[in-house]
Amino acid sequence: MLTHRAIEERGLSLYKQGKVPGSFYDGRGQEATCVGAAFALGPDDPVCPLIRDLGAHLVKGTPPSAVLGHYLGRAGGVGRGRDGNVHMGDAQRGVVGMVSMLPDMMAVAVGMAWAFKLRGESRCTLSLFGDGATSVGDWHEAMNLAGLQRVPAIFVLEHNGYAYSTPSSRQFVVDPLQRAAVYGIRGVAVDGNDVEAVFEVTREARERALAGEGPTLIAAYTMRMHGHGAHDDASYVPPELFEHWAARDPIERQRERLRGLGVDVESIEAQVRAEVDAASREALAMAEPPPAGELEDVFCEGEPRTVGRGAAPWSRFSAT
Amino acid sequence: MTELTYLEAISDALRIALREDERVLLLGEDIGAFGGAFKVTAGMQEEFGADRVIDTPISEEAMIGGAVGAAIVGMRPVCEMQFADFVACGFDQLVNVAGKLHWRSGLAAPIVVRLPSGGGVSGGPYHSQNPEAWFMHAPGLKVFAPSSAQDAKGLLLEAIADPNPVVFLEHKYLYRRVRGEVPEGAYRTPQRANTVRDGDDLVVIAYGAMVHAAVAAAQQIEEASVRVLDLRTLVPLDERAILDAVRDCAKVVVVDEANYTCAPGAQVASLIAQYGYGDLDGPVVRVATPDAPIPFAPVLERAALPGIERIRDACRELLAY
Repeated sequence: MLTHRAIEERGLSLYKQGKVPGSFYDGRGQEATCVGAAFALGPDDPVCPLIRDLGAHLVKGTPPSAVLGHYLGRAGGVGRGRDGNVHMGDAQRGVVGMVSMLPDMMAVAVGMAWAFKLRGESRCTLSLFGDGATSVGDWHEAMNLAGLQRVPAIFVLEHNGYAYSTPSSRQFVVDPLQRAAVYGIRGVAVDGNDVEAVFEVTREARERALAGEGPTLIAAYTMRMHGHGAHDDASYVPPELFEHWAARDPIERQRERLRGLGVDVESIEAQVRAEVDAASREALAMAEPPPAGELEDVFCEGEPRTVGRGAAPWSRFSAT
Repeated sequence: MTELTYLEAISDALRIALREDERVLLLGEDIGAFGGAFKVTAGMQEEFGADRVIDTPISEEAMIGGAVGAAIVGMRPVCEMQFADFVACGFDQLVNVAGKLHWRSGLAAPIVVRLPSGGGVSGGPYHSQNPEAWFMHAPGLKVFAPSSAQDAKGLLLEAIADPNPVVFLEHKYLYRRVRGEVPEGAYRTPQRANTVRDGDDLVVIAYGAMVHAAVAAAQQIEEASVRVLDLRTLVPLDERAILDAVRDCAKVVVVDEANYTCAPGAQVASLIAQYGYGDLDGPVVRVATPDAPIPFAPVLERAALPGIERIRDACRELLAY
């Protein structure tokens, strides 16, 4: 969570210095949801993160320098300059990168899980998306198919209150958890700002998925503490809502919890700062991508690569 | 060799792929016990099981997106759109997810999406379309459009073996009307154009059902020698074969069953205009369906689709140029 926030703070500052092209998108305030969920995965469980889920990339082992290089559009970044901001995924580490159309990757996650089920493999997939994405047809198609085939998939809905500027009250009448039930999918609500609670419900969802008990929709209630992107001042959000959620900052809460356990949080923070400083220097030194060869890699030649194994630092706490 | 219809040749390819490669899965609406709207997959669920010949809900996005997911973890899914027209409902997954996947992530999506396409069967505006140009315009997708039974089988096996997403246009007018000698067992047809009729006064460039119309038109033109080049694949487009044919014949008619504007033939014409200009002895002539939906009534549909007469008349006019 600390690395997630520190990288995004650095990315935002590089953006303000004019070094990051396009806009800049972060997941401030939502770190606990993606980190807690990704920590519950095994090494062979692919994840499809969304726009606010940098932590999931980091848990899977994507190096901070590759993330910062990605923001900068450098050859050594995850997207090699081909795509920017949060559109990235280190497939060799089990991360399938998002596209802008939401929630397209949910269907892809269902397909992966379906293949695992058909082959009898003890694996599952994790797909994250926001409350706005639940209005799209793909969400309903993927939910219906996942429920029908009882695939080992975990859906994490990051209920962060806003889809760009549209509050969820203008997005839907029936809560997504109720909608999950009509697709035959178990729904669980969780405090999305409590990393351990998110870990626990995801761990349980994974256990059920691997036991053949089908998919789970986890609704993680959280708040997007910044605008949609750096260009958006979020003036449409009532200040008291920000105040309410600022008092529930996921990092602050975990910091208190760890202090109570006698953990030296300050030294961890210093370590993260040093790591992000070094990653930032490394990313800024990366070469620009070569402009020639625009057609390179449009088509695959030879045997295609499949999704690889990611790091799973906490998977020993998971079911299998 | 055995004589098969175009449809039987496609079924044969699917059966071979299911038998020889355990990664192959068929996904589609009503393809299981029912055998598909056109019976292409008849008997396959019985033979290979409901885990490999899978009836999906009416969810083209989830079907194609799910196929991409299965493909990136090692499967080789083949999706059937009940009619080509319905691929519009899965367009986003095909164009935005599958097509760009390799370029952006290094992963590939070896999926095949079969599209029973084309008119001539009174299908009306939602069961007759030729959407090939939509996908030619989207980077990362291959587009195949066989005209014969032999190519239908060989190109489908080639598509399943290809590491990229392939949009496979199988012309439903040809399903039971075209028969041909088809080699037994597995073989793969190359992604290159094929001269189906020799000639050196004029070349008609076509694909899919229009190849048959072009050959019939050429046969009616006794006063000149008309070549017919079957493109077979639209992506990749066999540019060398097109330019060679133009150099040999100097006159060219390009035929599409797709709507005129930006149809595959427009790309062929543009290629010739830029690189074959010096070899031309006359304008590049295009024959295509007008930019209107495909009508239902047989008399209206016949008037809209480019038939033998229109192709023949276009050839005669150009020969006289």
